[in-house]
Amino acid sequence: MLKHSLLLASALLASLGCGASAQEITVGVTLGATGPGASLGIHYKNAFQLFPKTLGGHPVKYIILEDATDPANAAKNARKLIAEDKVDVIMGSVSVPSTTQVAQIASEAKTPMIALSPVALPPDKLAWIFVVPQPVPLMMSAVVEHMKTTGVKTVGYVGFSDSWGDLVLKALEQHANPAGIKVVTNERYARADTSVTGQVIKVLAANPDAVVVGGSGTGGALPHVGLVERGYKKQIYHNHGTVNREFIKVGAKAVEGAIAPTGPLIVPEELSADNPIKKVASEFIQRYEQTFGAGSRNAFAGYSYDGFLLLNAGVPGAMAKAKPGTPEFRSALRDAIESAKNVVGAHGIYNITAKDHTGLDNRARVLVQVKEGAWRLMK
Amino acid sequence: MTIDIALWLTQDAITNGAVYALLALALVLVYTVTRVIFVPQGEFISFAALSLATLQAGKVPGTVYLLMAGGALVALIDGVAAIRAAQPRRLIGIVILNIGLPAAVAGAASLAALRPDNLWLQMLVTLAIVTPFGPIIYRLAFQPLAGMSVLVLLIIAVAVHYLLTGLGLVFFGGEGLRSPPLSDFSLHVGVLNITAQSLWVIFSSIVLIFTLWLLFEHTLYGKALRATAINRVGARLVGISAAFAGSLSFTLAALIGAIAGILISPITTIYYDTGFIISLKGFVGAIIGGMVSYPVAAAGALLVGFLESFSSFWWSAFKESIVFTLIIPVLLWRSLTARHVDEEEE
Repeated sequence: MLKHSLLLASALLASLGCGASAQEITVGVTLGATGPGASLGIHYKNAFQLFPKTLGGHPVKYIILEDATDPANAAKNARKLIAEDKVDVIMGSVSVPSTTQVAQIASEAKTPMIALSPVALPPDKLAWIFVVPQPVPLMMSAVVEHMKTTGVKTVGYVGFSDSWGDLVLKALEQHANPAGIKVVTNERYARADTSVTGQVIKVLAANPDAVVVGGSGTGGALPHVGLVERGYKKQIYHNHGTVNREFIKVGAKAVEGAIAPTGPLIVPEELSADNPIKKVASEFIQRYEQTFGAGSRNAFAGYSYDGFLLLNAGVPGAMAKAKPGTPEFRSALRDAIESAKNVVGAHGIYNITAKDHTGLDNRARVLVQVKEGAWRLMK
Repeated sequence: MTIDIALWLTQDAITNGAVYALLALALVLVYTVTRVIFVPQGEFISFAALSLATLQAGKVPGTVYLLMAGGALVALIDGVAAIRAAQPRRLIGIVILNIGLPAAVAGAASLAALRPDNLWLQMLVTLAIVTPFGPIIYRLAFQPLAGMSVLVLLIIAVAVHYLLTGLGLVFFGGEGLRSPPLSDFSLHVGVLNITAQSLWVIFSSIVLIFTLWLLFEHTLYGKALRATAINRVGARLVGISAAFAGSLSFTLAALIGAIAGILISPITTIYYDTGFIISLKGFVGAIIGGMVSYPVAAAGALLVGFLESFSSFWWSAFKESIVFTLIIPVLLWRSLTARHVDEEEE
């Protein structure tokens, strides 16, 4: 008797389970809103509050887990999302090492993934992975182009002593060397350092025509302020990780004139009216600032949003082929995203191909400069 | 390397070393009196620096509410104990100290938040917010288990550290803050450009170290702390309360941490988790002093400052590794030369 009722109950549960997930798409998300990446992760996570309840016109459920910016935790979350929650797609995470871990697991499990930060894997390992943010070389090429027009011949580099510092330096060298611009210093510091005097002095001793800072967020301010305090008067460039209002708050007058590449969503008001990104970016920034306060705009929330838009564009095609919760659906979703064309996001226009799993072009980058305490578009 | 560069780096080393020295002293103080390796020492730095920056932004920092909550919890525990011990008269004192005082601090904080130009008032209020966390943490986390082994106390300290770091993230957000210096004045001596703030750091550190020395050598409370550090049981036999000594040492540690936080907040960007790294460097200094010697710990912290400054010039990518690797030869030398005392034998 007991055995029978147990069987019956489990059959009932199983059918209920199927019923609930038959049409519902499950998106598994792992983000680090605490730990060393908290300053980025909070924004990534915020954006999810603004997403609609549907994806490509179908009901969707987001399962958001916290990985504390720890690659081991991110990997654990990814395995849990795939094995227990049977997610149709994974999104994450906030740091390069975490995202790379998740990407490896998603590839293994043949689950499509929307990578919200750059991934440190060769292109042939990215079959299941779609990377939302602009590749660092795309961003740094804008910086190098600006250097070329101003006649810079030598550039000093001060960056984080982590993978972000490495990525920015590599991208800078990739564009600077062919342009005949020499990178003369490679100084490193940590976000929590109390002083960068040694690094700053080393850069000053080399006396380069310009300096590039490879930090992120408020962490980019320390070397900039240090350089200005010690009398460095030439141009200081940053990267797209640094563009937020907190950077200006911390750097105050010293960072006036700083130049950085970023996505167009930081300055939607200043984009020309015929730019298709203007509408998407303006709407998103408006909603974001309504919820999280004026001036809270940042690139990271935009990555989450563009990830959502990519999925949104891919889901209808996959739905036509298979039901959510099945391997066929995951595979169909991968194929659908891979053929996504002209998806207008807040950061740029995505044209994904089998070879390019980001699909962004020069329209996804603008140069901004700190003018009178705010980031302004450079024209 | 030219003389100029060496001078610049030395100046930087002394400024940072002074802060590390303060922390090393606080760590030695807490360890000798209570045997707690006080991992959350750095949180006082972050709390103080970020509370100050928040006050300057015209807002009341979340630490104020944490202070009131902590005080209320202590009042509850002590109050219940007083009633159980049939000493209801003690209740008045308990309520004034643990509820009245935090409420007064909260009042002062909301006043200070309205006066963005009054930096001195804000600094005083910041000290008043952060210092009481010392005795509150001791009362809630360590006093009930004061007799446990060093390892248990260390584990509690780690737990408190995680709790406070997490709360710091909630209160202040993930981005860093920086407060303006007391003055923009800077002194040109030869090639050196000495800012007023770095002079403040060095001056305050020396005054604080001298005051601590006076306290230990010439006051009854200081002598009570020293007695507890030398022999806990003996101190208790002559009437020194271990709980009081512990509470006092935590108060001093919190005060030192708060002062260090206020001093460095105009020099660098402070994040909710920065304090931990800074106190780790103070910890390296304290380890050089064997966790018992104040002068050697201070000298060790200064050495950390020099090592950090010069390695950041020569080999910046490996700076942290170099600083923290220092602990290995020191520990090796310590364990080879020091007489090993088993805790159970004490």
